[in-house]
Amino acid sequence: MTSARSITASVNPPRAAFTDFPLGHTCGPPDNPVLQRSILRQALALFETRSEPGLVDLGYRWHQPWKEEARRLQDHRTPRYDTPQYQNQDDRKAAEASYGPEIACGVCAPSQVPRT
Amino acid sequence: METDPTPIDYIAHTRETYSSLGYPPYRWAHNDDPPPWATLDKPLEEARLGLIASGGVYQRGQVAFTHRDDVTHREIPIGTDLAEVRVTHFAFDLEAARQDPNVVFPLDTLRSLVSEGVIRELAPTALTFMGGIYSQRRLSAELVPVLVDRILEMECDVVLLVPV
Repeated sequence: MTSARSITASVNPPRAAFTDFPLGHTCGPPDNPVLQRSILRQALALFETRSEPGLVDLGYRWHQPWKEEARRLQDHRTPRYDTPQYQNQDDRKAAEASYGPEIACGVCAPSQVPRT
Repeated sequence: METDPTPIDYIAHTRETYSSLGYPPYRWAHNDDPPPWATLDKPLEEARLGLIASGGVYQRGQVAFTHRDDVTHREIPIGTDLAEVRVTHFAFDLEAARQDPNVVFPLDTLRSLVSEGVIRELAPTALTFMGGIYSQRRLSAELVPVLVDRILEMECDVVLLVPV
């Protein structure tokens, strides 16, 4: 699967199924299991239908406009911390309970919100 | 509905973004040789599928990934309830993935396709790692061999790779 066509084309894998969705949604929009199944069913069919390497556009379009925003030059990345980045503090405690604080210690990563 | 049919060229976009920030250009993985090719020797409905996802997905109770060239992986049993699955990453909008992990870790989706008979079964554990590893050397030398070994050990017929 890929939603980053140029990056995957550069890697040149044997088979790729392209969904033209905003990054972070490679397998479809959230809470839409019918569409998600349809996408994966089509992608997996490539294992049987393709006779040579290639990248196939599955033909989906995102339900809302997004490319104009995504094309603006901006850097949304958050700092690349070198400690475990938990989704929440409860996860950190659960990992500490299993692995001990020295292995599991880290800081909690905020959900990434684009700075516009 | 997005009406622009042109895919975003993230390589060009990232090059411009880095340049405007004064960073050196990133060297994307590039392979000119024809990719290795293997055909499936059985129908998909008789195949065992492995899942590998790179969106920084882990299971509650596991140690989360770091965001700096973390070349470790996590193993998530395929029976896991997605309510126990977490997602952290430094380079994509996490809102949808946290609302419904299937968008980057399609475990429910694949389980449905098994019950529909599209594929026979899933390999016992899904493999996840942290994308955005800037060292391709470490990725190739340290992470990829481990993932390949696990996929072979689990006797997968096909593997679905889900990058973000």
